[in-house]
Amino acid sequence: MSRIGVFVCHCGTNISATVDCPGVAETLSHVPGVVHSVDYKYMCSDPGQTMIKDAIKEHKLDGVVVSACSPHMHEPTFRRACAEAGLNPYLCEMANLREHCSWVHDKEEATTVKAIDLVRKMVEKVKKNQPLYSIKVPVTKTALVLGGGIAGIQAALDIANAGHKVVMVERDPSIGGHMSQLSETFPTLDCSQCILTPRMVEVAQHPNITLHTYSELESLEGFIGNFKVKIRKKARCVDEKLCTGCGLCSQKCPTKKNLSEFNEGLGYRPAIYSPFPQAVPNKPVIDKTQCTFFLKGKCKVCEKVCPTKAIRYDQEDQILDIDIGAIVLATGFKVLQPDFFPEYGYGKYKDVIQGLQFERLASASGPTSGEMKRPSDGKEPETVVFVACAGSRDEAKGLPYCSKICCMYTAKHAMLYKHKVHHGNAYVFYMDIRSGGKMYDEFVRRAIEEDGVKYIRGRVSTIYEEDGKLIVKGADTLLGHQTVEIKADMVVLASAAVANDGAEELAQKLHVSYDPYHFFAEAHPKLRPVETNTAGIFLAGACQAPRDIPETVSQASGAASKVAALFSQSELTREPIIAVVNRTAPPLHSTCTGCALCVPACPYQAIEMEDIKNRDGKVVKRAAKINPGLCQGCGTCVALCRVKAIDLQGFSNEQIFAELMAL
Amino acid sequence: MAEFEPKVIAFVCNWCTYTGADLTGTSRIKHASNVRIIRLPCTGRIDFMLLMKAFAKGADGIIVSGCHPNDCHYTSGNFHARRRWIVYRSLLNFMGVDIRRIIFSWVSAAEGAKWAEVVNTAVNEFRALGPYDEYKNLAPIRANWRTEHAG
Repeated sequence: MSRIGVFVCHCGTNISATVDCPGVAETLSHVPGVVHSVDYKYMCSDPGQTMIKDAIKEHKLDGVVVSACSPHMHEPTFRRACAEAGLNPYLCEMANLREHCSWVHDKEEATTVKAIDLVRKMVEKVKKNQPLYSIKVPVTKTALVLGGGIAGIQAALDIANAGHKVVMVERDPSIGGHMSQLSETFPTLDCSQCILTPRMVEVAQHPNITLHTYSELESLEGFIGNFKVKIRKKARCVDEKLCTGCGLCSQKCPTKKNLSEFNEGLGYRPAIYSPFPQAVPNKPVIDKTQCTFFLKGKCKVCEKVCPTKAIRYDQEDQILDIDIGAIVLATGFKVLQPDFFPEYGYGKYKDVIQGLQFERLASASGPTSGEMKRPSDGKEPETVVFVACAGSRDEAKGLPYCSKICCMYTAKHAMLYKHKVHHGNAYVFYMDIRSGGKMYDEFVRRAIEEDGVKYIRGRVSTIYEEDGKLIVKGADTLLGHQTVEIKADMVVLASAAVANDGAEELAQKLHVSYDPYHFFAEAHPKLRPVETNTAGIFLAGACQAPRDIPETVSQASGAASKVAALFSQSELTREPIIAVVNRTAPPLHSTCTGCALCVPACPYQAIEMEDIKNRDGKVVKRAAKINPGLCQGCGTCVALCRVKAIDLQGFSNEQIFAELMAL
Repeated sequence: MAEFEPKVIAFVCNWCTYTGADLTGTSRIKHASNVRIIRLPCTGRIDFMLLMKAFAKGADGIIVSGCHPNDCHYTSGNFHARRRWIVYRSLLNFMGVDIRRIIFSWVSAAEGAKWAEVVNTAVNEFRALGPYDEYKNLAPIRANWRTEHAG
């Protein structure tokens, strides 16, 4: 007969408000096999855990059911408590009374009945639980950082400085990300490149960091501590070892009229180019879609002028295989693009631009060398309208979230404009000003009070061109929804920050969750903000949600410290939730018929067929064998096995049927 | 007379729908209390014998839910579940099991509201279908069959 202990938690009033907790404990005490059943206000607290530990010893419990919150929340806590009391941790299960019962139902009898059912089924399951022992696996102490923006740079430097190897992979020809495009940064107005480029150089020169630019993640296999990644190093058509970065090829390239990605389409670049002067590495790439040689078969000017003969037209993509222990995802965001705002005329009128384009206009390294010239005719705009929340917080556009950074960068843009064009007029249309952060609100007040930027609370309905002016029509909700019309020379849209291109595909490659807007999902919104649900993969920066530079940097350092903590262990323990074939000695007794259906079903190639030989070395049987190091415990093979020779530890057929029978 | 309350058993995967249902709780989205969730690592783990057992134990309806296609924590478990379900569905239909009583759905970890919606819709549908007595009544017949043929 089992000796099960049931512990019902009130979770303050989170559970007890709708569930009769003492009633649940009392009812459960009558269930056969339950020898101890109590309720307590906070089971996860120190006295609560002590209660469990004492009960295990006093009542010689061989199974524990903690009826509290989700196992995703506190299963490790209670399993640890059981282990401390000498009970195998896998003999402890949780019934989810909070998330799945008390929080989603009203106070009525049915809620308590459901709670009793939920606890009862776990009691039946726990009766069938077997003691399990965690598996030890080695750790490859190399981290992969995906993305070379400020988030990736910070994470890579922190991990590398902790003494571990880092492989950084960046999709673009240079690291730096969006931060390298910015002119100045709020709230201090210090030059973005001045603070970023030293860090970029540090990454390139750090002995612990291997940098792969113009590269992408091809595939990922394995698990925490033991990932195997394939990196596609796209052909630069330039030998990186020979190239000195002199830039002669770019100067002489005849195909110069290609829109520059770095300048957000406001400037041009040659077909062989380095995105910007401070690029790291400062080695050009050939854009095969625009190079005359690749399009027409002749030209080869760059090859002729290159003093070190570094041009390689025949270079091919390389696939690199690398062993990795942990991954930091820092793939960033992108700014919402044109056709999203037909009413604002973005893409139709040259002088309607988005925030990043304004950054390039204001930047000393930009297409206008920092002079305020509007894109259409190069004139200095006398009146500029800034539209905040262009796309953000607009449910009709499918983006109900706040992009967070726009309030601050709009204030910065207006300020930068006023600093460059003293007599100009700057108007900002806004919904709310969200300027939470150190020195942030003061910064916005400075824009309004010292620089005289005119803030109008209301949204812009339409923008159209008339007599060479952009007519911005909006409402002023503080003046009783009065219509406002401004004749502007340039309009800057604070476009929403959205998930980067390919975020969904990347999430699927890595098996991390993502939210409806394709931002990567953290393991817990409050307590595990830098981890994903996939062990060993961490998040940094705006790939998780829109965020500004200080937040990105602190999150990147957080992710890096998680990686460093992981790498500080010589071996990792893994949950023993894996599939096993019933092939106890003698193996002939296994019910496995050797049909091998499970082999192709396994997503991890963890199953192989093994010949079972008799003493004479003659093969008498073939049976499946599961590699415990590779098995991740999904159980697909279990459901597939026709003779039920495979079972999943922790979620065995016996356990689940027992659960069902209790309902 | 009180309205008939169906007994609903949900088989969900640990990574998407279970976490999604946790989010329903965290967001305090109320839904029908008829559902009892059985947590499995992956929808690929769902042996369809479990579904038969659930009906035999008196379930009036079943929900099976996992990660969206392509989002499986284990790469392809949900594809196996989907393929298996397509085959199994026609088999059940052939056997005379009312397949309207099994609802297959995808709910991700971010779709707390969707989980509440899935549960409410399912419960309403099962309520309209009434108790699944046909299946429950099979149990005594089967028991008789055993005694008759054993002796």
